[in-house]
Amino acid sequence: MDKQAIFTVKNIRKSFKKAEQQELLVLDDVNFELYEGEIVALLGKSGSGKSTLLRIIAGLSEPSSGTVNYRNQAVRGPVQGMAMVFQNFALLPWLTVLENVELGLEALGIPRDERRTRALKAIDIIGLDGFESAFPKELSGGMRQRVGFARALVVNPDVLLMDEPFSALDVLTADNLKSDLLDLWTAKQTGTRGILFVTHNIEEAVLLANRIIVFNSDPGTIRAELTVDLLYPRAEQEPAFRKVVDQIYALITRQMDEHKKLLYKDQLPRITDIGYRLPDADISELSGLLETLDQSEYQGRISLPELAESLHLDVDALFPLTEVLDILGFAYVSYGELILTDTGKQFANADILERKKIFAAHLLRYVPLAKHIRQVLEERRAAGQRASKDRFLNELEDFLSEKEAERVLRTVIDWGRYAELFAYANNTGMLSLENPN
Amino acid sequence: MAAPYQLGQVLPLSLDPHNLPKYALFTVLRLFMAMAFALLFTFTIGTFAAKNKRAASIIIPCIDVLQSVPVIGLLSITVVGFIKLFHGSRLGPEAAAIFAVFTAQVWNIVLSFYQSLCSVPLELKEAADMFHLSAWQRFWRVEVPFSVPGLLWNMMLSMSGSWIFLIASESISVNKQTILLPGMGSYLRLAISQSSMTGVLYTIFTLFIVILLYDQLFFRPLLGWSKKFTFEQISQEYVTRSWLAILLQRSSILKYCGNFFEGLGDLFVNFLFLKRAQPLRKAKHMNETTFMILWYVVSAAIIFGSLYLLVQFIARHISLTEIPTVLFLGLITALRVIVVTLICSIIWVPIGVLIGLNRRAAKIVQPVAQFLAAFPTNVLFPIVVILILKFQLNVNIWTTPLMLLGTQWYILFNIIAGASALPEDLKQATANFGVKGWQWWRRLVLPGIFPYWITGTITAVGNCWNTSIIAEVVSWGATTLTATGLGAYIVKQTAIGDFPRVALGMATMSVFVLLMSRLIWRPLYNLAQTRYKLD
Repeated sequence: MDKQAIFTVKNIRKSFKKAEQQELLVLDDVNFELYEGEIVALLGKSGSGKSTLLRIIAGLSEPSSGTVNYRNQAVRGPVQGMAMVFQNFALLPWLTVLENVELGLEALGIPRDERRTRALKAIDIIGLDGFESAFPKELSGGMRQRVGFARALVVNPDVLLMDEPFSALDVLTADNLKSDLLDLWTAKQTGTRGILFVTHNIEEAVLLANRIIVFNSDPGTIRAELTVDLLYPRAEQEPAFRKVVDQIYALITRQMDEHKKLLYKDQLPRITDIGYRLPDADISELSGLLETLDQSEYQGRISLPELAESLHLDVDALFPLTEVLDILGFAYVSYGELILTDTGKQFANADILERKKIFAAHLLRYVPLAKHIRQVLEERRAAGQRASKDRFLNELEDFLSEKEAERVLRTVIDWGRYAELFAYANNTGMLSLENPN
Repeated sequence: MAAPYQLGQVLPLSLDPHNLPKYALFTVLRLFMAMAFALLFTFTIGTFAAKNKRAASIIIPCIDVLQSVPVIGLLSITVVGFIKLFHGSRLGPEAAAIFAVFTAQVWNIVLSFYQSLCSVPLELKEAADMFHLSAWQRFWRVEVPFSVPGLLWNMMLSMSGSWIFLIASESISVNKQTILLPGMGSYLRLAISQSSMTGVLYTIFTLFIVILLYDQLFFRPLLGWSKKFTFEQISQEYVTRSWLAILLQRSSILKYCGNFFEGLGDLFVNFLFLKRAQPLRKAKHMNETTFMILWYVVSAAIIFGSLYLLVQFIARHISLTEIPTVLFLGLITALRVIVVTLICSIIWVPIGVLIGLNRRAAKIVQPVAQFLAAFPTNVLFPIVVILILKFQLNVNIWTTPLMLLGTQWYILFNIIAGASALPEDLKQATANFGVKGWQWWRRLVLPGIFPYWITGTITAVGNCWNTSIIAEVVSWGATTLTATGLGAYIVKQTAIGDFPRVALGMATMSVFVLLMSRLIWRPLYNLAQTRYKLD
């Protein structure tokens, strides 16, 4: 196999500037290549910068430093030869399927008749026959993404870039589309020489890719690379397939273990600082997860792939939950297993009021931001023990981007309201100690 | 229309009903010409603002102010300018009339277009980039289609709202002269000055037909068509299907024409000379912050400079002692506007809700209300004047309903839309818990329709202020009734050509409108959007 690189990503760094000197690092020193005849998956949690990387490669976004070379030319804007499939399809709703597929050809200045012939052929290949004159609104999600594929393939791209192309589809539809894509690829029906796609779904990466690049988050860096030699078509039930999946889970959780070792001190659950990026987690989801763990069949211990499968959650939805349980000291992850702690067990068996008490105690102990808010409110006796949400938002923005700060504060407010540590009035944006009557 | 013309010259007009089709045609032409200019303005200035943040920081606040200023009062000043500009040609007053209608239409259209352009979803922009659309292709394939629903809805509102000014701007009394342009407005003026009831009835009848045609052949088909462009599935309950659109869809002529126009459109969008790939990124060179500061300083200087000149102009001719009087007149008119809005709401909220909750009734009434909103009520003024004269009524009180006549429909059709948008499950839940009577209104209906009420009210109030300039001075034959108010003040000073006082009146009215908008309507609107929005 000749190993000719289609594009080379070199020392890519990307940071978003915030007010005054502050920078939020999203990607740090990313290097890799896409070779001819390869399907590569970029796998990572959401917010790990993998979509940003895809956009930098596509020329849609500019790196802060580093270069992307496509066929020996620096990428400084969208290049001919790369086509993209979008997560939410990005179809123009006012154009018919045919007109949508023609879009890229139109931009190339191809005459109308030739455009039509080529578009019809692409529609035919991708299995959209009979829908030429339909508008995207009339189609189901799966059919819409087929239009997205046809639109990308009709310009005969050298490289196909895909940004979580299946994540907006239901499982069956996604499977169907994936196998059709693989058929096209293995039959070499298109001129496409390489595919790069972004996903947070481990099974999806193993199903499609020759090579998987696992991303760390915060900032996004390449954690590991993994070659998948299984023959197409691959089946999820095969032991060889499961082995690769488990391997990746282990890779990702080992990363979490190491991360934790840095933060754990004296075997106590880690003390995160105020600016820690608390993940989104709903109280009812957390309680549900703890209850599941406490069930007799698991005995307070379950492997993450098994858990993901039984709850029908993918990494993106599961890891925030495990992380929060870990922060609060209710459960922790070790070598691919989620293990319930004693207080976690206590919580799972408590009634509503008792749960609130446990939760409140742990929140104050392990989440400095919650403690901080509570303290500020207590100190403000003169001001009626009230404080504006914006006050805390400003503090958080020293550490986090505006959007993240907003999200983190919203999460903590949710938790604090549940734990009855403080009250919050949405219309005034005021936090207070007293509950409204 | 290019015949020689001098200020003061009387154009031959007659009350002969045979002239009506011709006059109606002239009037409609002016409306559409104004709209064409408004669209041109929108596509250029709106796009410029959306593409250039610095330009937007000046253009958008200006437009925001201009849309709340009662532009009809500016007519007197612009008409002199236009007559000078087209020296001696009838194009002068024509241009002035079209300009007046243009200024009544354009601002909300530009704002809507600008907002649409700014909210084109990122993925669509990226797709356009990825597939190398040129700026021209992107404009017609992505940006304009995306803004079509908002654009059309605002165009329609503007056109409906501008009929009344169209009628008013065809006959202008300025500088002791009256300019009459051939059209329905002048016909009406002539009929009034000759106390001809038949003339007034002819006008009402003709305009009824014209607006009915406009509504059925233009408004409804276009609104129906615009549904195709909605990006997400937002239900527009208050737009009904147009029979014309259905008819056209079923006929084969459309298919034939459609293919033809599609080919033309294709040529237009892919116009060769404008096909150019996106420029590659360049390194940033200019120091951004210094430039920004410079830009703001210069624009602030221009704005404050012109404000200063305006104040100078007024102060040179008018003594300060007159200002309290003008302010008092402003207060009277403001009071009228508020009373009219309250009366409209008290009358139409219950009725609108009852209609809106009944799907069948809403279907029938909604288009009628939209149609009535377009009907220029100044045509009905003579009838009210006759009643006032006959029953010896108080002019200050009884000219107020004239403002109400035109504006009430905006409140009505928004209330109907709001009531029919109340979610079925909320209605069922309240019914299930036995919520009835006043509690039902207070807990479900009033909060639910509040966002719609405020939208309707803001449009209605804007219209009210504009109408005050027309409605505070009304006449029949040789009798002229003048109410106390800022509108009457402006009309009086315009007629005698006292431009400093016209400027003072306009400036005062603008301040009133802006203050009320910032202090009352805007906060209420924000409250509606954050707290009472159902979605």
